[in-house]
Order: sequence, then structure tokens, then C-alpha cells
Amino acid sequence: MNKAPVNKIIPSSVVDGPGNRTAVFFQSCNFDCRYCHNPETIHLCTGCGACVKTCPAGALSFAEGKVVWNEEKCCGCDTCIRTCTNNASPKVKYMSAPEIWRKIEGSLPFIRGITVSGGECTLQAETVRELFAIAKAHGLGTLLDSNGSYDFRNHPELLEVCDGVMLDVKADCEERHRWLTGCSIKPVLDNLEYLASVNKLEEIRTVCIPDSLDSKKTIDTVGEILKPYLEKKDIRYKLIKYRHFGVRGKYQNFKEPAEQYMLDLKKHAESRGFRNIVII
Amino acid sequence: MCDKKKLQQEIETIMNDRRLTYWQRTDALAKYAENLLDYPEGTPEEFYQLMESREINDLGEGHGPRSPRYILPDYKKFLKEGSEFLRLSAPKNLAEAVNALLIFYHNAHSVDRFPVFLGRLDDLLEEFVVREDYEAAKQTLRLFLISIDRTMSDSFVQANIGPEESVTGNILLELMPELQNITPNMTLRYDPETTPDGFAKKALDCALRCANPAFGLDSFYKERVGENYGIASCYNGLLIGGGAYTLCRLRLGTISENSKNSEDFFSRRLPLCIDTQLKFMDAKIRNVVENRAFFDSDWMVKEGFVQSDRFVGLFGFVGLCECVNNLMKKDGREGRMGHDAEADALGVRILETLEKAVNEHYCPYSYNHRFVMHSQVGAADDEGNSAGTRIAYGDEPELYEHLRNCGLYHHFCPSGIGDIFPFDETAFRNLDALLDIFKGGFKVGVKYMSTYLGSGDLIRVTGYLMKKSEVEKLKRGEAVANDSVCLVTDKTPSRHLTEKKVRSFDE
Repeated sequence: MNKAPVNKIIPSSVVDGPGNRTAVFFQSCNFDCRYCHNPETIHLCTGCGACVKTCPAGALSFAEGKVVWNEEKCCGCDTCIRTCTNNASPKVKYMSAPEIWRKIEGSLPFIRGITVSGGECTLQAETVRELFAIAKAHGLGTLLDSNGSYDFRNHPELLEVCDGVMLDVKADCEERHRWLTGCSIKPVLDNLEYLASVNKLEEIRTVCIPDSLDSKKTIDTVGEILKPYLEKKDIRYKLIKYRHFGVRGKYQNFKEPAEQYMLDLKKHAESRGFRNIVII
Repeated sequence: MCDKKKLQQEIETIMNDRRLTYWQRTDALAKYAENLLDYPEGTPEEFYQLMESREINDLGEGHGPRSPRYILPDYKKFLKEGSEFLRLSAPKNLAEAVNALLIFYHNAHSVDRFPVFLGRLDDLLEEFVVREDYEAAKQTLRLFLISIDRTMSDSFVQANIGPEESVTGNILLELMPELQNITPNMTLRYDPETTPDGFAKKALDCALRCANPAFGLDSFYKERVGENYGIASCYNGLLIGGGAYTLCRLRLGTISENSKNSEDFFSRRLPLCIDTQLKFMDAKIRNVVENRAFFDSDWMVKEGFVQSDRFVGLFGFVGLCECVNNLMKKDGREGRMGHDAEADALGVRILETLEKAVNEHYCPYSYNHRFVMHSQVGAADDEGNSAGTRIAYGDEPELYEHLRNCGLYHHFCPSGIGDIFPFDETAFRNLDALLDIFKGGFKVGVKYMSTYLGSGDLIRVTGYLMKKSEVEKLKRGEAVANDSVCLVTDKTPSRHLTEKKVRSFDE
């Protein structure tokens, strides 16, 4: 059975899709976004042990060259996260889909679905597929939050058990996408079109930073690709205000957008055919 | 009793209490006079000892009440037939209907001067509302609600809506946040099958803004109370056209303090208390039925708006949580109610014991000849006893766990039980999520639950609505119109204000 690194499971999330959902956050991401607000989820632990020394609760130790986290002892102070120079966390558990499901089960019958996120959850595509299959068998909805790097087109078995993808479109063009994330925008835009064409595009998400990113153009790029689909189906566009909270120090000089800036973007998205636009 | 000087002094004290309004003083004087009488004939000797030791409490109902405690008049009959006593014929339009109801309310009462049940407002008014222009109907209902709040200034005045969506229900849900009134307390009779999600979400949004309405599971009350039930006072499921004669309470927490261990509790102390309370209730009910004027001469009885055979006795209790926790400790076991399976099994066993005794007790006057269990919300001098089956404030487990825990206990008390789950502002972000949680709660056995915004002024304390600002006013020594505000200065409800866990959807 596949085991995947799980950063945390939130029993009740109201910001990861419709209704009350349990959200599973997987560890590790193939993007390295400058504005990432939980950078401790980017990499896997290398076992350097720096955090073992600084942990005030004695909750971290070494065993077989790996850092072991004692959940009982942990006081949740996040000193380990601040100590880590590798954008990782020692508080990660390797879990199989049935093991994750046993944690989610405690949230029944209070949730209408589950959402997997990260990190980048598609790096654990097989575990996600297995987990979604179990959730579906229990009548739950299944949503997936992705940076768009995964090749959904060639893995229909995952989409079969996934109700929809909440897709990040972080920039308008290759150059800016590479500047921001370190990776190409091409697979993201391919997925945008493909997911819309197979009716699996639940939501598009764009984090907006005035001056540094041209969110208007990003909306143009997205709007252009989705034009034929928007006429048939209302697709939600979530415009997310950049916030300093959690962002690494060296990238903290980005500007937080004003309310009016976001309202202008909303208006622009409306002109591009979007009817369901959410600003958060 | 013959110390005239002392009597006069105490009467003077009430008459000059500057924290009370004129009518509040008048009520206090009446209660004082009533309590100069002896307790009704048949009151067992043990009752006086158990009152003294605080194990039984009569909720200040008075030694020989002049009236049944809770009265739920049949307003449907009234609007259809009018009333000879009130010199009113059946109303023909909304203005007449609202006017007729206000007149009825003014002339009705409970054990206190205010009615505890105003009817199923949507069911009563819908036929009139739909014949009017929406805005005109809304204006009439706005004045109706303002009039209720300002003239029946008591948080135990309750109205119901639902389970179906209606124009009236929608208007009320729009008006209540705007008006920010304490009265009436309101319940949405909720049925996941017939109450549309949109309407339920509107009710939740309303509740976050003004602590009203609470949600009661319609199917439960229909089955256990009767098809034609109403929710009155705090959250009491009773028959319309009837009500409850009396409500007495065991203080389970205190009883456990006076027991050596759970064996002693179950074999000696609890049976004594149960038996005494049953006998005391019998005596009280016989007194109000046979000796008081109400059932012979009251106009509501004479015109058939209430019938004596639709009244029950409410066998109440508080302090289950402390009882369980004390007994666990005395038995040398670890674990607290809401956090430990053994402790909860003990809690269930205690309620099963009460239920069995209550079901085996025959009372000739009570509906079905039986009393009904009531998880009481708490009152003065309840130190060491949380409300009914509620987990002590501040010790509540995680939300899902808490709701499951409620599910263990709620089914015992069709005549009244409920839990409150305040949320912070994050709840507004996703009312669907809040509704999911409510629906989940009902699936795991919750029968009655409510919410409000933790940071708001208007909140639900124990079982009724209260404005934090009015509590402050009273603490400064100023009089406030609402009778129930005075209760919040008691220890139990005031602890609710400071220690009750507020839920958040934030990570």
C-alpha cells in the first residue's frame, strides 16, 4: 500500500470548497512560489536534526537517521518550523489511504466532502485516488486543490473519483510564472482547458499582488481559454488577496492589495464572462 | 409567621427595590404573599430536608402557585372562532389577526404574568400575510414584533416557525436581525426533509446576527410529545392546548456530593430524591387542579383554548456533568463526562434510572398519566450543577465530539433539552458548512441546538436571549425592562458569559 507524507488533517474546513469539509494537506510541492504562505510544506525532511536540538518540549528525536515526532509531547509551538532551513516540517506522518480515511471518519456525518491540498497533492496521486475511492463509497464529495503541474489528461482514473479540481493559475505568461514558481505555465494552462472540457474544473484561484503580478492579464489568459466553456457552465473564480502572513522573510516586500484593487479585478473578470467571482 | 414587623420590613424592601420596575415589584410582592402559605398538602417530609440540602429545588415556583407553570393556548382555534371573553370575532385580515393575538397575549399568563408561548406564528398568520403586499405585511409584522418585545419583556416568551418555508417565516427572519429584540425567544421546527436548505441557512444567518431562532428536530417532538406540539419558554416541548403544571428539579451534582460513591448514589441517595420529587410534584399538581381557580374559572379554560387533560408534570434535573465527574472520582476512577466513555456510560445510566422511575410513576392528572423528563437550563443557587445534561462550560470537547456527546443524552428529554454552540465571525463565510454541522448534529442524536455570534450583544444564555449591554446596566444598579436580565446576575448564567467555548472555523 502506498504511503504518502501528510502534513495535517483539518476536521472542519470552510474555505476548501462548498460546505463543511475535512481537508487533508500533503507534504511537499514541486513549485517554489515566492508568496507561499506555508513554506514549511514545500520540501520533505532531510533528517538534518536541527529541530531536534531546538524543540523545547522534547517532542523530536532521532531514530535510524530520521527525525521522529512525538505527537503526545508536542506543544504546537512551531519552533521546529522556524528552525528548519529546508522549508520542511518534522511533524509529517506517512500514511496510507485507509489510514488517512480512519482519521477522516471521525468527521462523519458532519461533512459533505473532503478536499485534498498541500503542498501539491498530485505528487501523491495514487494515494489520493485510493482515498477518493473510499470517500466516494461513503457518499462524500471529493475535491482536489492543485497547482496544475500534474498531467490529468493521461490519468483518467484519478478524475473518475474526483468531483472537481480547484486549479491555481498563478500568472499570465511563461516568464512571470517561472519567476514566481520556478516552473513552466504550460501544463497549468493545458489542464485548465482539459479540466473544463471534461467538466471537472471546480474553481480557478489566482493570488493577486499589485505591481509584481499582472492579475488582469492572468484573468485575460484564463478567460480566453475558458471562453467556450463559460457559456455552458458557471465556473467559480476565486481572487485571493496576497497577505504577508506566513510568507518567508526575503519575499515579504510584496504589496498587499487594497479593497478597490480587488473590486476592479472582479469587474474585469465579469467582463471576461465570469459570473461567480469570490474575493477572499 | 406572626412577626408582623419582619413581614412589613421585607415587603418594604421589595417595594423599594430600585433595580426593579413597577411591575417587577408587583410580581415579587405577589410571590411573597403566596409563599406565606404552606407547601401543598401531601408534600413529603423529606422534601424540606432535601430543599435545605439543595438536592431538590422547586425553581421558586411558589408554595402554592395560582396557575400551571407553562400554558400553550390554542391560538389556531382562537383565530378561527374569536373569543367571547375578549369580545373579539375571528380576524379577517393581517391587521386584525395581529391585533387579536396581542390582545390574547396581554390577557394570557403562565406561572408568571407573561405567556410562555405565542404560537406557531407562520402557521397562524400565513393565510393573512399572503393576501397582503409583501412590504405592507412586513411593516405590520415589524410593529407586531416590537410590541411583543416591549410589552412582554421576559425572555421566556417563545414563538415557533417552520418546518415549512413560508412568506411569514421569511419576513420574520428578515426582521429579527434588524430589530435585535430579546423577545420572543424563537424555535425553528426543523425537518431536514421538509425545511429547504436555503430557508435553514437564512435561519442560521439570522441566528448568528440575533441568537434566534434555535433549531428543534420536528420529527422527535412530533413522536414524543404529540403531533400538535409547541416549543415554549426556553425549549420546552409541550402540547398546544395544554402545557405543564409544574417543573421541579433534582440537583444531581449536589446529590452526588452527598453520596459516598456511585453504589451509595444509586442505591440510597438518588432513589430517595427521585421518590421525594415525584411525591412533591403529585402534591403540587393536585393542589393546582383541585384547589386553585385556574382550571375552574379561567377564561382560557372555559373557552377551550386549554384543557386540563393536556398538561404534564415536568420532572427536571440539573448537574448531570458534575454528578458524573464526582462519582467517577469517588469510585476512584479517572475520566470526565464528554471526554471518557466510562464517564458517559455512567451519565447514561443515571438518566436511564431517572427515566425508569418517571415512567413507572402514575399521576392521575398528568397527560398519559405520566411525567416527562426535562433537562433544565439552570437557575439561582445552582453552584456545583451545570445546566441539565450540558458539559461544564470551559470543559467542552471538540465540536464533533461534543455533538456526539449531546446525542447520548438528548433523547431522554422530549419536554426540554438543548445545547448551544456559539461561533465566531468565520461562520458567516460559509453558512453551508454551519448547516452541515447542524444536520450532522441531528444525525448523531441531537434534538435541539442553537448558535449565536460569540462577539455579538444579543446572545443566548443557557436557554433564553440576553443582551450583554443590559446585563452591564443591571450590574450598575439601573432598572431594565426585561425580567430575565436579573437572572443573569446569578452565578450559572454569568459563567456562560465568560467561560462558554466559542467555536471557530479557523484552522
